[in-house]
Amino acid sequence: MSLSIAILVVIFIFSFLVISVKERRKGDIALLAVLINSGLSSWIAIQALQGTPFEEKFYGGTVFGEIIIRADALSGWFILLTNFTMLTGILYGRRYMKAYENRSADITLHYTSYIVNHSAMIGIFCVQNMLGFLCVWELMTLSAFLMIIFEHEKMEVLKAGINYFIQAHISITFLTLAFIWVSSHTGSYDFNSIADYTVQAHPALSFMLFLCFFIGFGIKAGFVPFHTWLPYAHPAAPSHVSGIMSGVIIKLGIFGILRILLLIKVNYIEAGYTILVISVISGVYGVMLAIIQHNVKKLLAYHSIENIGIIGIGIGLGCLGMGHNNSYLAFAGFAGALLHTLNHSLFKSLLFYAAGTVYQAVHTMDIEKLGGLIKKMPKTATLFLIASLAICGLPPFNGFISEFLIYSGLFNGIVANPLSSSIMLVSALFGLVLIGGLAMLCFTKAFGIIFLGAERHPYPAPISEAELPRLFPKYVVALFILFIGLMPQLFIRLLSPVVILFTGSQAISGMPGSFINTLQTVGLSSLAFIILCIIIYQVKQKMTAARKITTSTTWSCGYTPVTPRLQYTANSFVRSYRKLVRPLLMMRKSEGTINEVFPQTTHSDTHPYDRFEAVFIDKPLKSLKRFMGRFDFLQNGSEQFYILYGIAFIIIVIIIPILIDVVVNLINLFKQV
Amino acid sequence: MGILNFILIVAASLFFSGIVIRSKSIFSGRKGPGIFQPVKDVWRLFRKGAVYSETTSFIFRIAPSIYFASVLIAIAMIPFGSQPGLISFKGDFVFFAYILALGKFFNIIGALDTGSSFEGMGASREALYSLLAEPAFFILMGSFALLTGHTSFHEIFGSLHFGSYISYAVGVLAAFVITLITLIENSRMPIDDPKTHLELTMVHEVMILDNSGFDLGLIFQAANLKFAMYGGLIANFFLTPGSELYFSIPIFIATQILFAVVVGFIESFMARFRMNQNPQYIFTLTSISLLIFLGVLLILGKIV
Repeated sequence: MSLSIAILVVIFIFSFLVISVKERRKGDIALLAVLINSGLSSWIAIQALQGTPFEEKFYGGTVFGEIIIRADALSGWFILLTNFTMLTGILYGRRYMKAYENRSADITLHYTSYIVNHSAMIGIFCVQNMLGFLCVWELMTLSAFLMIIFEHEKMEVLKAGINYFIQAHISITFLTLAFIWVSSHTGSYDFNSIADYTVQAHPALSFMLFLCFFIGFGIKAGFVPFHTWLPYAHPAAPSHVSGIMSGVIIKLGIFGILRILLLIKVNYIEAGYTILVISVISGVYGVMLAIIQHNVKKLLAYHSIENIGIIGIGIGLGCLGMGHNNSYLAFAGFAGALLHTLNHSLFKSLLFYAAGTVYQAVHTMDIEKLGGLIKKMPKTATLFLIASLAICGLPPFNGFISEFLIYSGLFNGIVANPLSSSIMLVSALFGLVLIGGLAMLCFTKAFGIIFLGAERHPYPAPISEAELPRLFPKYVVALFILFIGLMPQLFIRLLSPVVILFTGSQAISGMPGSFINTLQTVGLSSLAFIILCIIIYQVKQKMTAARKITTSTTWSCGYTPVTPRLQYTANSFVRSYRKLVRPLLMMRKSEGTINEVFPQTTHSDTHPYDRFEAVFIDKPLKSLKRFMGRFDFLQNGSEQFYILYGIAFIIIVIIIPILIDVVVNLINLFKQV
Repeated sequence: MGILNFILIVAASLFFSGIVIRSKSIFSGRKGPGIFQPVKDVWRLFRKGAVYSETTSFIFRIAPSIYFASVLIAIAMIPFGSQPGLISFKGDFVFFAYILALGKFFNIIGALDTGSSFEGMGASREALYSLLAEPAFFILMGSFALLTGHTSFHEIFGSLHFGSYISYAVGVLAAFVITLITLIENSRMPIDDPKTHLELTMVHEVMILDNSGFDLGLIFQAANLKFAMYGGLIANFFLTPGSELYFSIPIFIATQILFAVVVGFIESFMARFRMNQNPQYIFTLTSISLLIFLGVLLILGKIV
């Protein structure tokens, strides 16, 4: 039995099992299914990374033609990282879903979607037939939609789900358009025909085709300005689903862009600039908006946009490197992008899992209502802290490694490339540094306000640390994060076959070696740093062992009746930042005025809003609505009219061809005369 | 050999703040304390007990150690002329900036851990100012990478040689930028007044209100080390390659002393900016470093 069939069989058997077993067991069944699928696909993936691509062919009838299932190193890399996050996702989600056990039907649908989603993603990485690709892509979109709307009785969840649903299909429209474009010229649905077409097509046309693909995949990935679905969908979904959405599902867009770059023959410098500019904007804009969010999950969602931007910067650099024949830049760019894809899937899923644990303890995601949780849930807090440090790109964690690779590429590109490119790269450098700084502001705020200080509002129920099964998947992810940070050289070795797909093995001969040396030093320095921290802390313990250590209240400069409400809030923490960037962002602020001698209670609300959404989504939607409103009278609710419309339509359909015929005949007649 | 620079910077940190304070007192006509007084204070703090706030968690207790370790690792990366520091690799200045950022991260969350509104205020300012100062450093290093064709500290400083007029201008601008970055990173005038007595107008001091004993000593000493570290970085501009140790060590010490006097001078004759003007001021640094970038392009003949 071939592997692809095996995966299909697993879906069917286990979906059926999920339906038939008791609620308590459904999670285990789903876990088993994901495990088996991961095992099967990881086997292919590891072989592909070692240099033996997997290939199977099916005859898909006259419509599909020959369906090629091919897993090369790129597929292998993405399959592995997807499997890891899907596994930790179901391990965590199984416990997360315990709270909803009374909703049997929803849970069944959820777990089935999870299994299907996982398999569909593996399909996306392997199917190299355009129609087949669109099918698995649609399958992935739909199953993700079903997972997002798990709490469909809440209006905002349903709204967010439909928002996702529509935008995901706009993405599919672009992809379909691009595929039709290619196949209408070549008559084949094989992916390789993209290469065949673009070799002989006009460069401008190739570039247009590339843009079409880029928009299609960019919507999925969440590049600005195609990102507006993301900050709604992530908070609406259950936390483990947000984790896998942000961790792997949006990475499908990245995979798509990389896959297309492998196939399409386009001017790499132009493509590189395009990707670079959009990525820098995505990165900076994403984090700028993330800072002012009050909802933890929304904040994390905007950070996904930022990280997609960082990955995009890497891809853009890689393209520039290919265009300029600069192997160092190409290697650093692509390796950085690929590694950051893995890294982001790790720390972002960890952040969402930790946020989920917090949510189930306090039943709110509003940062301003939290505080002091580190004393109640120290382990969750530490895990959140590790992930925060990693997402800020700070050593000794994994985020630093991929950002370091991209930085190396940037500096090398500034040195080696021609002037125009140097200026572009300095702007990109500026953007990347700014992203790093802003991320730090954002996560000191997020961690500091959620977990530190005293509780700002009384919590509804007593809070205790999550139990071990719920923490276990997070520990695994956290260990992996630290491992990449300390042993980055191993991953460069693993990545080189993927990068070679883009650059060719001759071009980068010796390149992995030099990077491995550098990264080994980085890993050792990080290790030295950790050891130094421990030594200093031990010295401190030794020296203060004999001294008197007392506890007291926080010093508040002489003021004694201190309450937790006097603490700095998230809003005040970022106030000076918010004022600084006010021209760029949109804040909806409503404030009561104080107008009496003894003022009454007043309220002040600030709601951040997305300027891109206002311009690109809300405005066109509004004018579309206004335009459609003119035809309101057609929908008057009386069936007679509707039948009339039907008849009118049929008559028009019949008459128009006849009319055309008549006109053509008339013209012919005149010609004869 | 890398250890030499490490030792020199640590040694310089012992008297750096002392010189700043001494020169300030001389400018204002006082006698002032001895130049080793700050270190003596640190040593006194090291031998004290501590008071911890009930609100704080383990974050508050580990934060100063991590901050101190980050500064030490950063110092280990500073080269000595053409000789590499203890840690040196391609792109090491990225690690340098990020490890310092890590220390700052812990400093900020340590302040937030106390739940005090004053410390939250300081933390907020520190986070904002450091994010604004970061691009200047990176663009500066990018310009030098472009100028020399290398991407690590010691290679850049090893092959940095001033030739034309423009390159002198670039060197002066670079020293200026690093001096200002130092003042921002150490929360000194004109961004922050370390001697102010009103918590509302503090940045760094208000963040460490609750630290005491050993932890406070670590933070003070880290500040001294950071000063000496940036002084060492500036000294590298003047340590020409190939010169002998009996020549370069005095240059190093002279630069440190001169730098400390300059800081004392600035602090004696400048007033602190208004808080809401600080961001603009800090961001100006980035445009200065862009000027350096343009200057480098001019030197290399890439434009005109």
